[in-house]
Amino acid sequence: MTAVTSETRAVRTIALDLPEWPGHRAGQHLDVRLTAEDGYRAERSYSIASAPGEPPAITVERLDDGEVSPYLTDELRPGDQIEVRGPIGGYFVWEARNDFSPLMLVAGGSGIVPLRSILRHRERCASSVPVRLLYSARSLADVIYRAELDGQSDGVEVIYTLTREQPEGWTGHTGRVDGALLAEVAWPPDRLPLSFICGPTPFVEAVAAGLVGLDYPPAQVKTERFGATGGR
Amino acid sequence: MSPVTRGFHGRRRQPEGSEGRIPPGQYVTEDFPVLSAGPTPHTPLDQWTFSIRKDGATRRSWTWDEMRALQDETVTADIHCVTRWSKLDTQWQAVSIDTLLDQVDQDASYVLAFCDGGYTTNLPVADVTGGQAWLAFGYDGEPLEPEHGGPARLLVPHLYFWKSAKWVRGLELLDTDEPGFWETYGYHNYGDPWREQRYEGD
Repeated sequence: MTAVTSETRAVRTIALDLPEWPGHRAGQHLDVRLTAEDGYRAERSYSIASAPGEPPAITVERLDDGEVSPYLTDELRPGDQIEVRGPIGGYFVWEARNDFSPLMLVAGGSGIVPLRSILRHRERCASSVPVRLLYSARSLADVIYRAELDGQSDGVEVIYTLTREQPEGWTGHTGRVDGALLAEVAWPPDRLPLSFICGPTPFVEAVAAGLVGLDYPPAQVKTERFGATGGR
Repeated sequence: MSPVTRGFHGRRRQPEGSEGRIPPGQYVTEDFPVLSAGPTPHTPLDQWTFSIRKDGATRRSWTWDEMRALQDETVTADIHCVTRWSKLDTQWQAVSIDTLLDQVDQDASYVLAFCDGGYTTNLPVADVTGGQAWLAFGYDGEPLEPEHGGPARLLVPHLYFWKSAKWVRGLELLDTDEPGFWETYGYHNYGDPWREQRYEGD
């Protein structure tokens, strides 16, 4: 581990120096293995936050009843060694050459992490594919990568919805993502969008069903979920 | 042997009575997490069929009512997801795959399960016969919910749970093995949790 960046109150980005890393694709994940002195080990998967070509990094949200995430966010120090395996997964992946389909990215909470890898990859490849990112967070303070998202270049629209708490004078969206919000902000299906949804299971279920309800072909809706069990 | 991680002690030891039931690298959960690659399909029961096919031709097909008229059983099984959760003593209402395959004259070596939504997964016939695999339509005394694979999913508890295909609509009989969905995306072709066959090359 080379550096830790505080993203929000409960979220840290952990940069890794992996000499044998074979490179990754945007949207993939890696496995972290921690081993206690008595040989007990715990392993979890984390989405890769950096773009292909950048050093691998993961962004971890501390789950208070979790086993691995509190260690990674609170205990791990630069110079510490952890075991990592990856990259893993080949379906929830965006390739810059898929530039005929506009991207509809929908994130719930820390589900933004693999989508951020996609956004950075797009920028590094100078891709002109138009992107809309709909990001549902509890409050503005819970938005991960906020400065980076607010500084997106032409062709990337970032739309927030704040579900629990809004700053005074907030004129953006509020409440959970539903069919009405998707109908307002999602690409029309005749643009043949490719969508990536990542977040907690009920969020992903609702958004995926909403996009299919807007006549998105199910095969063009890719999903990645994490459970409430500290799986990520 | 893995190197010790400085400062890591681990909190979640395995629960009492689970000795010998948790494959390596797994932890026990009380929840029932959901993992799918795309939207959840909703096929009405009056349009649902389960088919056994060979070379693209249907050899035998059951409607929902015909399937439900077959002998079913309550299956209690421990299940193990490749994302590392295991759930003990899950209870299913299900028809044995033996019951279905017994109605077809076949000598295939492999099956490719096919599903609503386009998902597939491959299994040796030896792993879906002999009382090791089921077509499950009930969970915990209730109809199986769509997000968990309802109306019906495969149940092959001795392999990682991605082999227990959700929204399954049939089996294609194969003479030679053919990788399914996750098997072409870097996951192991067979998926034995006790040998920790998570990814290609394990």
